[in-house]
Amino acid sequence: MTSTILSRWLLWSEWRAHWMQVIVALIAIATGVAMAYSIHLINSAAFNEFSAASKSLSGQSDLQVRGRSAFFDESLYPKLARHAGVAVANPVLELDVAVPGKRQNRNDHKLKIIGIDTFRAMQIAPDLLGMPAEGKNMDRFAEDALFLSPAAMEWLQVEQDDSLQLHVGLETVTLRVAGGVVRARAGQRIGVMDIGALQWRMQQLGVLSRIELKLKEGINHAAFKADLSRELGEAYVVVESSDQEQRVANMSRAYRINLNMLALVALFTGVFLVFSTQALSVIRRRQHFALLRALGWTRRQLLRQMIWEGAAFGMVGSLLGLVLGYAIAALAIQFLGGDLGTNFFPGIKPSIHFDEVSALLFFVIGLFVTVLGSIVPALEAARTKPAQALRSGSEVMALVKLSKPWFALVCLLAALLLTQLPPLFELPIGGYLAIVLLLVGGIALMPYCVGWLFNTLMMRCQRYSTPAIFTLVLARLANAPNQAAIALGGILASFSLMVAMAIMVSSFRISIDDWLVRVLPADLYVRTIASGDHGGFPPGAQQDIAGLPGFDRVDFFRSQTLTLDQRRPDIMLFARPIDPVDARNTLPMTDAWIAAELWPQQAMPIWVSEAMVDLYGYHVGDTVELPVGAASGQFFVAGVWRDYGRQFGAVQMRLSDYQELTGDLSVNTIAIGLQANTTVDTAIERLRQLAFGSRLEISRSGDMRALSLEIFDRSFAVTYLLEIVAVFIGLLGVAASFSAQTLARVREFGMLRHIGVLRRQILWLLAAEGGMLTAVGILLGFVLGWSISLILVFIVNPQSFHWTMPLHVPWIWLLLIAIVLLISASITAVWAGQRAVSGHVIRAVREDW
Amino acid sequence: MLELCNVSKSYREGRKVLDRLTYTLEAGEYIAIMGESGVGKSTLLNLIAGLDTPDSGEIRINGVGVSALDDDAATLLRRKQLGFIFQAFHILPHLTLFQNIALPLLLNDQKLDQVEPMLSAVGLENRGHHFPHQLSGGELQRVAIARALVHRPKLILADEPTGNLDPDTAREILQLMRAEIKANGAAAILVTHSHVAAATADRILDLKRDGLHPVAPGNAA
Repeated sequence: MTSTILSRWLLWSEWRAHWMQVIVALIAIATGVAMAYSIHLINSAAFNEFSAASKSLSGQSDLQVRGRSAFFDESLYPKLARHAGVAVANPVLELDVAVPGKRQNRNDHKLKIIGIDTFRAMQIAPDLLGMPAEGKNMDRFAEDALFLSPAAMEWLQVEQDDSLQLHVGLETVTLRVAGGVVRARAGQRIGVMDIGALQWRMQQLGVLSRIELKLKEGINHAAFKADLSRELGEAYVVVESSDQEQRVANMSRAYRINLNMLALVALFTGVFLVFSTQALSVIRRRQHFALLRALGWTRRQLLRQMIWEGAAFGMVGSLLGLVLGYAIAALAIQFLGGDLGTNFFPGIKPSIHFDEVSALLFFVIGLFVTVLGSIVPALEAARTKPAQALRSGSEVMALVKLSKPWFALVCLLAALLLTQLPPLFELPIGGYLAIVLLLVGGIALMPYCVGWLFNTLMMRCQRYSTPAIFTLVLARLANAPNQAAIALGGILASFSLMVAMAIMVSSFRISIDDWLVRVLPADLYVRTIASGDHGGFPPGAQQDIAGLPGFDRVDFFRSQTLTLDQRRPDIMLFARPIDPVDARNTLPMTDAWIAAELWPQQAMPIWVSEAMVDLYGYHVGDTVELPVGAASGQFFVAGVWRDYGRQFGAVQMRLSDYQELTGDLSVNTIAIGLQANTTVDTAIERLRQLAFGSRLEISRSGDMRALSLEIFDRSFAVTYLLEIVAVFIGLLGVAASFSAQTLARVREFGMLRHIGVLRRQILWLLAAEGGMLTAVGILLGFVLGWSISLILVFIVNPQSFHWTMPLHVPWIWLLLIAIVLLISASITAVWAGQRAVSGHVIRAVREDW
Repeated sequence: MLELCNVSKSYREGRKVLDRLTYTLEAGEYIAIMGESGVGKSTLLNLIAGLDTPDSGEIRINGVGVSALDDDAATLLRRKQLGFIFQAFHILPHLTLFQNIALPLLLNDQKLDQVEPMLSAVGLENRGHHFPHQLSGGELQRVAIARALVHRPKLILADEPTGNLDPDTAREILQLMRAEIKANGAAAILVTHSHVAAATADRILDLKRDGLHPVAPGNAA
């Protein structure tokens, strides 16, 4: 009981006396927890909503049958409907159509229309049924009737009985809004119509997207699925509807985990602040603790007290963080959407839900990391010998073990070993752990580096007569490096992470910029609006375009999706003209490629993206099977190219090979190079004058590059925000630490004032100390950040997103940040010093002060 | 060397500690000031050092009025002409003994060749590279004495310099202090409660409300 009272007294008195430091530490923890918690809330809200929206499309089916590409022949449907074991088979056709005048960026003009068989859908996917006007039940089967979800109606600004024009390929289709899809999820933009009507109106006769199966009772799903897969052969995939969730999860997993990792960075910076707050508190209270020990407090009690103080930080900070995190998440969802502007989860409107389990989890994480940050200071407090600590000036011996480099070197070595690990569960777990250990090791090495550097400097300076203030600065930094380095823990963590992220983002951005120049070499790109997987340009339209004057070169591209693994998102297949002599003239190749003369006889070459190597094991020189055309064909992997557009895999092949295999002569995209005397505007005007000109989607390559980079910047906006938060927390830490250290040195400054040191000289001393220390921190932070960036660029990125890139260091940006940080830290040190020298000199040297 | 003319000082709460105090300290004179707690001994030292200002009256060191000086000028005066010895030593923990003693020389842009002789003089030869935490209390006060004298100030102000030391060490320190002050030709004011300490001075003065009163050497013991 008395021990609890004493414990509480000690905690309250410490917090009351050093409230500013306490507030800074609490802000740091709360911000870290808030960031991590809000990102978790946003991601899970968006993911759950996206998953629920996907599920609502497939309803209560047990299995789904799909083709390897987007559409397959509907002749499969009657076979499955009559199949033993199948209770209901529901044919579905899903198409994306374009809404004229709605285009703002690449995808936001598309409306998904789902064609259903009303009688079958009633049994499997009742949520998709349209609600016709009273007395107009037959509208469910009408060829022009479209039912829209509330979100789609709001987006299109239409009401029941309005007519709606839609673009499909080179055609315009007019439909009537016959009613609503009232059970669609909030924010879900879909239209529903009769499947026969959709096939007819959209000229997709005879094809389906999928067939959903409800099995008879008592049928073993897994066994049925295996049998059906065998029966249908390679041309189809049979998936359990629950696999769809896994597929959705796989799509955004790397993105979500990376964002969570970034959020934890802010929390991690907070841990160093807790560490520095507690460490400085231990140094400041060294004599007090020694007195308590002398009075009969045990080591264990002291250790418990320090950990309890850390836990108190953790509890209050984490609780504040949870409240703040919930508010941030709610605001972010409101203003940025569930994917924070990255378009990872299009067409949904998620809302935040409080979940006790996740709140408890983040509370425990916050508590755990703060206790972790308190352990070293607590052990230091418990280990100190009271007799030694009671002596004046013995505080210089505190935390002396921190200057031993062994712990740091072990961390750095372990980090190096972890970088060699392959991905675990397809995630760069080794890379992330290596980053943490690199940070811990780097920060633990700081006192040693500071001590070594300033000792060397001091020894050199001793040969010459140096000013007293400079001697004082050097002496303190050389002989009390632990305390000095503690102040910089937070800023070192945040600066090194900022350097790492800046290098990674810059490398990525420059690589994407170069890549866009390589993949978009033409002047103009022409597409049919939302032709989906079907080629929008039939041969006649291709000839019309190629025959226009002023075009130097016209290339035709055909793309479609392919399902290679039912658990993974689809890959993209691109068929295009590829330089037969050297593919590097056409594609942004990596170093892995085989020259044409070395290909096997009769081989049909393909060039795969890096993701195909990682996810499907397609290596250069392999012969692989791909479902292109009626039957799967054998292809020779002739090279690996960089694809920053698709992280789930893409394959390029020659258009002539594609057409030979499929007989499909239509294309989706036409790339046009202009003659020197033709302007882009003239070319666009000529294209628009074609009979189908108004339905063309024409893009200048410059605009496409700019748009891609804009999307890139938007998706990294959250990263920048988190970096700024981390540096802000770091600077707060510097302010609090400098302030605490300066106040702890008030007697020292008092004595200096007695012997003739001017007030401004003390401020200069503090600015010099802060500046020199920050300069070392910046240097070490740069080395540390650069090392972390190597892990991010060469391990985390390839293992998460399956693309590689060269390293680019944004020197000017980093230099700017370093200067800002240096000035901020020096100003902070002086500001902290003002308080120390503003007190009365006489009082400062009194022993009972 | 030091002139106090009608110096008065009261604290904020209205308590008057010095009332029209007048005294002249000659160059090379070593005096001890005794008196009850709270009578104003330490306040007097602070006023002399320019760390505090009197309510009225004037303090002159070598003819320069201390109380009229601004903060920077008072600091420069302390830097050149005064040396301090504190009860709590106040040795900077992260500087070596050599560096601690060298501080006033560095501040005054003087050569450091007096540091080693000073270390020897206080009995700490060959220990210049040691840090304060490696020293005993008596040794720390020796360092403080060396630091106070190394730049040859005209006046030493010592506030209870042996208050934290055992009697034997205190006696040793007092002797050393006197010897060094005399060897350097400095004047000194020793504020103390200890009669033994006071007895090492040339003159002992008792600070009372109405001024400084000489104490006969026999009475001091």
